[in-house]
Amino acid sequence: MALVVDIEKQLDLFPLQIQFEAKDGMLALLGASGCGKSMTLQCIAGIQKPDKGYIALDGRVLFDSKKNIHLPPQQRRVGFLLQQGALFPNFTVRQNIACGVRDKGRRKAVTDALLQQVHLEGVADKYPGAISGGEQQRAALARVLANEPELLLLDEPFSALDTHLRFQLEQLVRESVRQLNRPAVLVSHNRDEAFRLADRLAVLYRGHLETIGEKHAVFRDPKTVNGARLTGCKNISPAEILDRHHIHALDWGLDLEVTGDLTGITHVGIRMHDVHPVPDGADGPNTFHCKAVEEVENPFSITLFLRPEQCTTEKTIGMELPKDQWSSKPACRIQLPPEAILLLRDSEDREIPERGDHSI
Amino acid sequence: MDWFPLINSLRIAAISTGIVLVLGVFAAYEASKLPRTVKGILDAVLTIPLVLPPTVVGFLLLLLLGPRRPLGAWFLEHFSLRLTMTWWSSIFATAVVIFPLLYRTARGAFADFDETLASSARTLGLSNTWIFWRLRLPLCRSGILAGTVLAFARALGEYGATSMVSGYTPGRTATISTTVYQLWRTNEEALAFRWVCVNLAISAAVLLAVNLLERKPRPGRGK
Repeated sequence: MALVVDIEKQLDLFPLQIQFEAKDGMLALLGASGCGKSMTLQCIAGIQKPDKGYIALDGRVLFDSKKNIHLPPQQRRVGFLLQQGALFPNFTVRQNIACGVRDKGRRKAVTDALLQQVHLEGVADKYPGAISGGEQQRAALARVLANEPELLLLDEPFSALDTHLRFQLEQLVRESVRQLNRPAVLVSHNRDEAFRLADRLAVLYRGHLETIGEKHAVFRDPKTVNGARLTGCKNISPAEILDRHHIHALDWGLDLEVTGDLTGITHVGIRMHDVHPVPDGADGPNTFHCKAVEEVENPFSITLFLRPEQCTTEKTIGMELPKDQWSSKPACRIQLPPEAILLLRDSEDREIPERGDHSI
Repeated sequence: MDWFPLINSLRIAAISTGIVLVLGVFAAYEASKLPRTVKGILDAVLTIPLVLPPTVVGFLLLLLLGPRRPLGAWFLEHFSLRLTMTWWSSIFATAVVIFPLLYRTARGAFADFDETLASSARTLGLSNTWIFWRLRLPLCRSGILAGTVLAFARALGEYGATSMVSGYTPGRTATISTTVYQLWRTNEEALAFRWVCVNLAISAAVLLAVNLLERKPRPGRGK
């Protein structure tokens, strides 16, 4: 048991109702902007107060509406790294990091060690306004680490950086979290970043948790339309169940053979790289003839937008192929392997989860 | 030339600015934490002296501080102290008149403060007192400083409320502005003109000082 969160808070557009546990290692909260993921972190850090619920870290209660406990952020020992770093502009990089050190006697030693760890010795005596965005973010990370937090919260810490810097900082964060050996919660809307950094993923939709689990499992079965979108599935169609093993994808006009329980399923999805081209005469489950509508070249792959012969709408299916496996042609035959088809529920209709009881 | 009015004006302006600096910054900080509607009402109440004619401020102050009025009578009875018609009575008058200037500029400066800095500091375990003295005040410094200088300049020029509360006694309560009026009234135009020049010189010096202060690059901005 490490971090336990079970909170409710009324937001402008919907209620936030979040319940999860995070152990050592990183949990990523994946959600579209405005779904309440940043608010969740702020509630854990103590910057915002939930309407009701319970938050505990290693059994230490940070918030409990029933017992009227709401620890100030100063007493929570929760490290919070924000998108913009929030370095104090009137302090140098070194002073900023030193601000985070709790034990005044070790201030200089800890600061020097961290400056080295995040490779900022060269700009240690500059003010935040005089260093780059990547350096600012590294300094902010060092300041959080200097504080020896018992929990690390990362609120889209890379989103203000360009791709190259992002990758560098990501590595630094991964190493630091491993060294810290404490639970960490990352908020992100970037599936690649979340997948690389986290051990577990939680998918949020309009203030509630839809899916939570080990990252591979969540990518394999995102369970909801929103989860499929956030994990990068581009082909999603509403569907009608035909029988226990068949479902009709409305957008593409296709009857698909599928594996798995169809109860409550309203949509189907398939990832672009799971769509396979097959030889013209090939037969087998879910093989269809398609017209190539559009071809988009990526740096290392080709994305094809295909319309099945049966399709009566303007919708297409995207297929991603390595460049050497494709030569331009007006039509092709594809297979949608039954085990690769994602069975999804509409994110809007959901059962309200029963609230856990945390009475001690 | 008797320099008393200059010294008197400067000490009144300096003391009232000092008092209002503390009160105004404190009021602005407390107001910035209030919910929006309460803040709006408080803003209006605290800003009223800015739009009232100084004579009205003087009139209201006399209603409160005059020797036969509640506060004035109480002080007279317990401390044998007259609150009006002394040089320091003017401090009440100028303080009330310049308070809104400082309050408004400090409020604006606090409103521009990036609250995520305070949030970060709090998660780092830094106390709210530390945040106020080491972050909020230094980062709002130029706004507060501009308000202070403006308030000081306005205090130097205060005439209406001052003349009602302190009157004009040469060598005792005379300030530059009341002296200029008296000299003009008694047809001593040459002397009045000298005081006008003194006043112009001080005002120019003050405004120049603001400019110089603002031109100095602030840490964190310069490359």
